[in-house]
Amino acid sequence: MSQDPTKKGLEFLEWLDRFGGVKRRWLVKSDEPTDPKYGCVPSERPIDEAIRKGMLVIDKPPGPTSHEVVAWIKRMFNVEKAGHGGTLEPSSL
Amino acid sequence: MLPVALASSTKLIGLVMHSVKEYIALMELHREVPRERVEEVLRKFVGKIYQRPPLRSSVKRTLRVREVYEIEILEMEGRHVLFRVRCQSGTYIRKICHDAGLILGVEAHMRELRRIATAHFREEHAVRLQEVSEALYIWRELGDESFLRKILFPAEVIVAYLPKVVVKDGAVDAIAHGAQLAVPGIARLHEGIAKGDLVAIFTLKGELVALGRAQMSSEEIMSSERGIAVAPTRVFMEPGRYPRMWRRKKQGEKS
Repeated sequence: MSQDPTKKGLEFLEWLDRFGGVKRRWLVKSDEPTDPKYGCVPSERPIDEAIRKGMLVIDKPPGPTSHEVVAWIKRMFNVEKAGHGGTLEPSSL
Repeated sequence: MLPVALASSTKLIGLVMHSVKEYIALMELHREVPRERVEEVLRKFVGKIYQRPPLRSSVKRTLRVREVYEIEILEMEGRHVLFRVRCQSGTYIRKICHDAGLILGVEAHMRELRRIATAHFREEHAVRLQEVSEALYIWRELGDESFLRKILFPAEVIVAYLPKVVVKDGAVDAIAHGAQLAVPGIARLHEGIAKGDLVAIFTLKGELVALGRAQMSSEEIMSSERGIAVAPTRVFMEPGRYPRMWRRKKQGEKS
């Protein structure tokens, strides 16, 4: 890791905009840098934090329900909770 | 295609649950019908439609309105129709197939369904459970986290579609404690935010701090020196990450 964290942070935000399909322009209110002593660019979080503040997009097989898939993921990652952003249908069919 | 949030991200994932969905469906007609006729009937489902959730569903079975944005036939072979549909969350594709069968007068049912997008998450972002399991194994047993990093997205991507407000380091901890965001704490912001819009508050490093309702428009924020700009509705960042630049009111002190 090197470089200016402000530059990296703003690049990350632009990447997020592209990911989310946001095409708005940025307005600068105050051109202030960020202090590298605190926090961290999301893409560079230590792995444990990257998991706890992370999400996955699962290619769900047709059999199990979304709830079952979430339960497996929870166990695999050994996290106390997990949730999905699908619909509330009991099965995909 | 299922977005799954881990631990702290869980509180954000509800945001995409009620968003636009896109599916590929396979409909089986009970008798052959010319393609033009099927196209004509499926086109009728674009726009606002009435739907009563089917028998096997997890919601109350009352008539409701759902919006279908696009339907496109991809392939047709005999009695099989493969189509892509983009619709509001809670639209039953099974029901569309059934209803299309009724209009066509031949009856039909849904054979297969695959979700290809939820909000801004698409099939191309998806990984198989096997890949997740392998990445975890390589990290835990071989000490190599690179595969795991490749399949994990930071929670920030969940709110990527929202308009954003970026705050100065000195304002971060107060918001992490639930305080309102005042104009002097803002470093930059998206244009076109209207009062009342849901916005995501970020640090200059791109970390999500909180979600909130805009109390001022982008123009008002740019032309003001003070006042409350955003009222947080959901805090994501844990307190204490950034230095505390704010003061608790002393006992007996009036606001």
